Amino acid sequence: MNADGDLLKNSRFDLQVIASWITPGARVLDLGCGNGDLLYLLKQEKGVHGTGIEQAGTKVARCIERGLTVLQGNFLDEVHDYPDQSFDFVILSQTLQQVMAPRELIPELLRIGRRVIVSFPNFGHWLVRLQILGTGHAPVTDQLPYEWYDTPNIRVITIKDFKRFLRMIGVRLAREVAINTHHHDQQGHIITWLTNLRATYGIMMLERPA
Amino acid sequence: MPDKPSSKLLVEKQYFTFAEPPDEMVLDSGARLGPITLAYETLGTLNKDRSNVVLILHACSGDSHVAGYYSAEDQRPGWWEVMVGPDKPVDTNRYFVVCSNILGSCMGSTGPSSINPKTGRPYGFDFPMVTIKDMVRAQKRLLDHLGITKIMSMLGGSVGGMQVLRWCVDYPEMVVSAIPIATTTRHSAQAIAFNEVARQAIMSDPNWRGGNYYDGPGPDHGLAVARMIGHVTYLSDESMREKFGRKLQNRSTLSYDFTGDFAVESYLRHQGAKFVARFDANALLYITKAADYFDLERDGANLLVNDALAHIRFLVISFTSDWLYPTYQSRAIVSALKKSGSNVSFCEIDARWGHDAFLMPSEQMDKLIAGFLDRISHEC
Repeated sequence: MNADGDLLKNSRFDLQVIASWITPGARVLDLGCGNGDLLYLLKQEKGVHGTGIEQAGTKVARCIERGLTVLQGNFLDEVHDYPDQSFDFVILSQTLQQVMAPRELIPELLRIGRRVIVSFPNFGHWLVRLQILGTGHAPVTDQLPYEWYDTPNIRVITIKDFKRFLRMIGVRLAREVAINTHHHDQQGHIITWLTNLRATYGIMMLERPA
Repeated sequence: MPDKPSSKLLVEKQYFTFAEPPDEMVLDSGARLGPITLAYETLGTLNKDRSNVVLILHACSGDSHVAGYYSAEDQRPGWWEVMVGPDKPVDTNRYFVVCSNILGSCMGSTGPSSINPKTGRPYGFDFPMVTIKDMVRAQKRLLDHLGITKIMSMLGGSVGGMQVLRWCVDYPEMVVSAIPIATTTRHSAQAIAFNEVARQAIMSDPNWRGGNYYDGPGPDHGLAVARMIGHVTYLSDESMREKFGRKLQNRSTLSYDFTGDFAVESYLRHQGAKFVARFDANALLYITKAADYFDLERDGANLLVNDALAHIRFLVISFTSDWLYPTYQSRAIVSALKKSGSNVSFCEIDARWGHDAFLMPSEQMDKLIAGFLDRISHEC
């Protein structure tokens, strides 16, 4: 296997799924891009024209040093400058659960991008349900590793709820995959039945209705 | 890598003269100026397809001597030695670096201390007002002369950053990428205010004599005070607290007079005196005025929001402690460029040195600029 293939195989499983949805040469905006792993993967594998937004200065510097286009800032503020349909894909990977106003954000992302790819930890997973039912404690899992008092996750999302939300705001679900993995794992598998009970993550591609 | 004496990079100050009468350059003000001489220096080698040009734009009181030494004995390298040279972020083994002294300055380019060919005496205040756009227009003539049509990257801090932005607005077709550092689209009232105090310090010196002082003593005291004021704006509360605090200079008790007790006073006086020895007071008046006039958002139309800039790759850099050109001003640049569809990166570097941070050694800035230039060199 060539080096590029290894790059894909060694990426986080959810990023592998997202990468597989991106068309070559696309214009991509990655919100909360961290050290730029996904952007780097997409640049190498798909030749995309990528931009990332990241709040942490040291991560931004790391990205730019790697030859990526990244700007430092809070993406909730930064997205508004972009003209309509500036991107083919806007990626919101494992951040939605930290967004205060998703109802305003998702339509705004669909203004600047033709498609929005969202991934989030599924609160409907059986382990989460079992913890709260069995122990009476707020759930702490591999995907949701925080205690109630230090969690950045302010939105509790299940795959089922998010789909209902999309119908409510009139956004089309173009594609969806539910996966089961720890999010740092390179290995994972796709869940095809009882997803809201069995998947640890939901990954969805959103479009505006035609 | 420490510089070994034998590996000193030698550079030479060169001159290009153009706009000979009757073909004078028409300035923003409508005045005509010529002949014009620009002092410039180059480092590295221009490659065959002329695609490795890096243009460096210096700040207010800088000069063409960006890096290297004038001779093997020379002890003082150029002003951005930390950034430019072999194996430095702006790697002269790979890139052909050009830096010229700005129009209106006094470090070899035509300015108010130059001889007015009409009178045979220094221009003084007869020198026409020049703008950042005029400075860039003159630089364009120099690049034409050097046979350069594409600039792989241009970078500059402060007033140099203004020139970077002006280049992108006026000659976008020549610019592949640009790195405006610690700069702004327009001077704030605060920045204008400090410049005006500096100018008044010079103009109220009795030796200034309406700007025609070249045949006698110059307004040295006014110029020194102007520099002291400028220097304060380049630092930060934190850096001054750390560097000086309330330390006394060469004494252990207060003097109860005005000879200057504090280390910070002594430092500023030293900076002022050093500046007087190398810079012309009128040149400082003209350049600070050009910076104050600089405004890419005049009449509500932002010149950076323009499809013609869409192909330019930008790296915008600001510093946390810079209160002369605070980060919000860099963010305004970024915001406008996003609207143009430009490919723009932005990083606010955590630094305590204030505005001066862009000239200080910074591993983070080194990596940013090296990484960005490397990427651009592969893309173009």
